Amino acid sequence: MSQTVTLTIDGAKIEGQPGQMILGAAQEAGIYIPRLCHKDGLTPHGSCRVCTVMVNGRPMSACTTPITEGMVVENDTEQISSLRRDLIDMLFVEGNHFCMFCERSGNCELQALAYRFGITAPKYPYMFPDRDVDATHPDIMIDRHRCILCGRCVRSSQEVDGKNVFQFVGRGEEKRVAVNAEAALADTNVDVTDAAIEACPVGAIIKKRVGYVVPIGKRLYDHKPIGSEIEADGAVTAK
Amino acid sequence: MAKPKIATTSLAGCFGCHMSLLDIDERILALAEIVDFDKSPLDDIKTFTGRCAVGLIEGGCAHEENVEVLRDFRKHCDVLISVGDCAISGGIPAMRNMVPLQECLQEAYVDGPSVHNPAGVPPNDPDIPLMLDKVYPAHEVVKIDYHLPGCPPPADMLWEALVALLNNKPLDLPYELVKYD
Repeated sequence: MSQTVTLTIDGAKIEGQPGQMILGAAQEAGIYIPRLCHKDGLTPHGSCRVCTVMVNGRPMSACTTPITEGMVVENDTEQISSLRRDLIDMLFVEGNHFCMFCERSGNCELQALAYRFGITAPKYPYMFPDRDVDATHPDIMIDRHRCILCGRCVRSSQEVDGKNVFQFVGRGEEKRVAVNAEAALADTNVDVTDAAIEACPVGAIIKKRVGYVVPIGKRLYDHKPIGSEIEADGAVTAK
Repeated sequence: MAKPKIATTSLAGCFGCHMSLLDIDERILALAEIVDFDKSPLDDIKTFTGRCAVGLIEGGCAHEENVEVLRDFRKHCDVLISVGDCAISGGIPAMRNMVPLQECLQEAYVDGPSVHNPAGVPPNDPDIPLMLDKVYPAHEVVKIDYHLPGCPPPADMLWEALVALLNNKPLDLPYELVKYD
């Protein structure tokens, strides 16, 4: 017997399966909840907090909170939007995001979220942290200036590729993605076809020699905001 | 009634944003109908002749003269707009922000592989503006009223923004025009 759980998101009644998270249930109902560290198919991380929604009046991350009967969720409100804008602002100022020459520009999820929220300038001062680049691998490069610590590479490598190439080290400001080798990325068993490489939402892990291959005007987020594919069709699963 | 005045400047920028402004093509004639240009590299007026309605800032602040000019713009303009990524985030010049200033100057004027500088010290003529410790976006130095991102911002965006502002209309830019590249 299939059970369903009924909840409301911004007043709209939706149904989901028991055990489903708010983000997934909303997505199937054609409601987009903005997210960065979440990627369909990976264990939810709940670290970026961009998917924060109000659940029965309390802020919770939609990617890690299971749905319950009669749950009241607020997603698209001014209060939540302003909180998400602040989070995106902070991600921009605490890294070095030079969109003007980044290979990922136009296909970047962080940038696309900033576009969606209509951010023209961050309200916090830029930090300009000194980070490093690992270009030792012949086909892949890590540019930690652009890393937002979403952990999608870490989880993809473990859960999809069956490897353990990436892992977090350090705490707070010092936290960064390290590679599982004595020295550098070239010494790991990473492969250019790994899901972990595709999983990066920003330009922190990029394939070499394919930059700028899609011309401006034809990139993922040039014409439609991120999430519009979910809003357009309730049945589709976002990438 | 006298026409409202517009002033523009390029601080630590590449003049690309000014090129984009010129890219409004023949609409510049319509613009000249409704505004006068005051201090701007476009007409080569060096000092403000009076109060301006709009000031367009290209580029961030890399040295003390940039700061001086920016403050002068704030003083003379009713509305100040950061135009382009360099004014908004520091942009390409801000790539030096991760390196201490002393090291930057040492590499650029002494140690760089193609440097010919027998004196062996960075230029220190008093006429050269002093470099700031890092490159600052315009809104971290003075109050900025609006930001128009892009590298450069599309000509259509600059046009739409100026027309809306000068006609006291709300600015509602289409999704396609607001980009960071």
